Amino acid sequence: MKIMKNITILIAAICISASGFGQVEKGTVLIKNGTVLTVTKGTLANTDVLIKDGKISQIGKSIALPQGAKEIDATGLFVMPGIIDAHSHIALDQINEGTNAITPEVFTGDALNPFQMSIYRALAGGCSMSHALHGSANSIGGQSQTIKHRWGTYDAEALKMEGAPRTIKFALGENPTGHGRRDGVQPQTRMGVEFVIRKAFSEAREYDAKWEAYNKAKAVKGFRGAPPTYSLRLQTLVDILKGNIILHCHSYRADEIQMLLKVTRDFGIKRVVFQHTNEGFKVAPEIAAAGAMASVFADWWQYKLEVYWSTPYNAAILVRNGVVTSINSDSPDLIRHLYHEAGKTQKYGGLSDDETLSLITINPARQLGVEARVGSIETGKDGDIAIFKNHPLSIYGVPQYTIVDGIVRFDREKDAADMRIMVDPRQTVDATLYETGHAHDFCMQDTAGLFESMENENK
Amino acid sequence: MKKIQLIYGVIVAAFCLATMNLSAQSPKGKTGVFALTNATVETITKGTIANGTVVITNGKITAVGTNVQVPAGAEVINCNGMKIYPGMIDAGTKVGLLEVGQIPQGSDERESGEIIPQMKALSAVNPNATVIPVTRISGVTTVVTMPEGGLLPGTAALINLHGYTPDQMYAGFEGVVLNFPNTGRRGFGDRRTEDELKKASEKALAQLNDVWEKATQYHKLDSATSGKGVGYYPEMQALVPVIRGERALMVEVDLQKDIQAALKWVKEKRVKKVVFTGVSEGWREAESIAKAGIPVITGPVIAIPNRDYDRYDARYSNAGMMAKAGVKVAIRSGEEGNGNYRNLPYHAGFATAYGMNREEALKAITITPAEILGVSAQYGSIEVGKVANLFVCDGDIFETKTQVSQVFIDGWKIPMQSRQTLLYDEFLKREPGLSKH
Repeated sequence: MKIMKNITILIAAICISASGFGQVEKGTVLIKNGTVLTVTKGTLANTDVLIKDGKISQIGKSIALPQGAKEIDATGLFVMPGIIDAHSHIALDQINEGTNAITPEVFTGDALNPFQMSIYRALAGGCSMSHALHGSANSIGGQSQTIKHRWGTYDAEALKMEGAPRTIKFALGENPTGHGRRDGVQPQTRMGVEFVIRKAFSEAREYDAKWEAYNKAKAVKGFRGAPPTYSLRLQTLVDILKGNIILHCHSYRADEIQMLLKVTRDFGIKRVVFQHTNEGFKVAPEIAAAGAMASVFADWWQYKLEVYWSTPYNAAILVRNGVVTSINSDSPDLIRHLYHEAGKTQKYGGLSDDETLSLITINPARQLGVEARVGSIETGKDGDIAIFKNHPLSIYGVPQYTIVDGIVRFDREKDAADMRIMVDPRQTVDATLYETGHAHDFCMQDTAGLFESMENENK
Repeated sequence: MKKIQLIYGVIVAAFCLATMNLSAQSPKGKTGVFALTNATVETITKGTIANGTVVITNGKITAVGTNVQVPAGAEVINCNGMKIYPGMIDAGTKVGLLEVGQIPQGSDERESGEIIPQMKALSAVNPNATVIPVTRISGVTTVVTMPEGGLLPGTAALINLHGYTPDQMYAGFEGVVLNFPNTGRRGFGDRRTEDELKKASEKALAQLNDVWEKATQYHKLDSATSGKGVGYYPEMQALVPVIRGERALMVEVDLQKDIQAALKWVKEKRVKKVVFTGVSEGWREAESIAKAGIPVITGPVIAIPNRDYDRYDARYSNAGMMAKAGVKVAIRSGEEGNGNYRNLPYHAGFATAYGMNREEALKAITITPAEILGVSAQYGSIEVGKVANLFVCDGDIFETKTQVSQVFIDGWKIPMQSRQTLLYDEFLKREPGLSKH
């Protein structure tokens, strides 16, 4: 009897929690009298922004506080859109599948971990959302998930940005070729990378043709036959060919960037975003002409051969050549100060304040296909806001509040020092020293075997 | 006829010389007498001078002030109200040792062996490393370049970022590096168990005590026999100056437990000249570090806290908290992974934004490291008699967008270009563009 009762309670608990899964918590908050950096519509002095039920509903002067709503006095503070990182691996328990040169069937959305401190720490840097990318161990990696930093939720599903387009990670150059060498398979060269991708898309086309033929035949009365074998791997590639998935491609060298531009042109793939793109500046006219976009580091170089010929002027050159460009982190540290990373384009290339802020707001939003929802302060958009003491592009800029869907998820004054929502019982060692926190290409995380061989080589 | 040929030959040769790129690696600097006028001079040690002039004569600062006579024949640089700072010092880098990562042939910072203090970083500094012009044109003029690896991986050296030989670059400090036995993990690739970590740390401490004991005996023997009673023992010979307090021991230590252990060890062994480096959890032991009177070179400031339960800004505020407790704190960039030593002022800027006194933070990348390294008579401030390491810029050097317009190192007017600026010049408007012609 007692057991029955317990089971009933358990079932009830599951039902209650299940009903909350995927539900987005939304809030109402009035931000009073700040300097509002809309990014797309200029800078507005002494202006209020009202977020109502998770959406920006009003921007103006002397907006009345809705009953029961929270108010933030932003006098003397700077109000900007929540920062967006188009390349990150935070909130992920796994990053690389890497068991094959092509693994489009896997999905980082299946490996989300809402308890990772990196989510809260990104919020503490004004960053309200990111692109939880698959790693770069293989030429065609996994599908990736655009997430909102809804810190506090226990529900991995609730991190997913509802309605965000599907994305996938491709990778060129040293990482996939290094992996190929380790496993003794293709690709081991940049020639091989091109072939692996062309072969995959060609096979996907054949697969699609088979299904089309089958579906056509099936419609005819009296059809007797079996459907082709379903393949999630090939079907995902077909979805890329049909324009249903945005292709994000890890790349460094100019030649491989141009290679992928030719491959995607040949297969009619329109939505392409290059990641890292350290030598994008060398082929900026080609990237612009193809309508492709670029997501780059501000100043990283020297950590491997394919970044040896980098320049921190990369972003400015891309912008001046008409490429939609973003500054990304690929790091649980850099994601906390993308405002500072973007600010470096003012030193290296003299971008204006709005151009610079675009690199971490509306431009990454475009690259993730969510620019109608986020990336600027406009009525109707999501209530994702970062509030800074001092201008965000100043070294003295300090994030004070980060708001996601109208919910204050970071509050510098009020938050406790220890913000963990789950203590990891496996973490028995006193501390983990991440050294600089940005000495690695985090894209290669989980490919421990490769790392160890590198470490041994260095020894 | 022959004469015409000769003249023709001379003209061709002269033309070739004129058009040839004379600087395969970097254009030449220029030395002599310079007067930097009309500047806001951030002397660091003697306040800020408005409308000031700084005179550089053959490598040294020879005049600083508002009432300065410009020497005849001096090259005058009108700073138009811009600022002059002393060259910044990054006291913890891999400059000259690491050319490019992940390729064994591209790095010289890690020799084989646990106890190898005799490995000299200065010997392996490549004066033409790509990172040198990249770093110096942002105002970082002087760096400590350090070997890495085992327990005692070698001897670090202070170098100026200009010169054609390591000797020309050498700036008067060498220190023996000790990676204090560490109880934490090295990073996400480190998959040792707790037990393995503990054992490794205990083993390393026993090893350290053993080598220290040997070095002490070696020193006694060497002193007693005026150097005649000892044989060739390179490890001990490299450690004797440390035992005698003639050379600093640079103790890399981060975690609270390890800092406590290092403080205890230094006291027990009566190490005479010691500096702690890294010290990312210094804020947890700030009082005891201050009490021990050990100076600290900390960094990176812009980094993730060591522990999940630490406040998100623990690393940002670390330097300021130590300084507040009375620790002598220098800031290093710690950006060896990405070659971004040029970001040193941003680390000091973040320390300021998160609580460090601004003047202290500025000192932490100029005069304080010079003092800690024992070279403050030559470096770290703008004063008459000091080495002319300084730069001109258009604003607060902590600010991200501030542009450095001219750098001097050892009195050399440095060409303001690097491979990375040349790539900008070449590719901003690429020719040919999309089509071939």
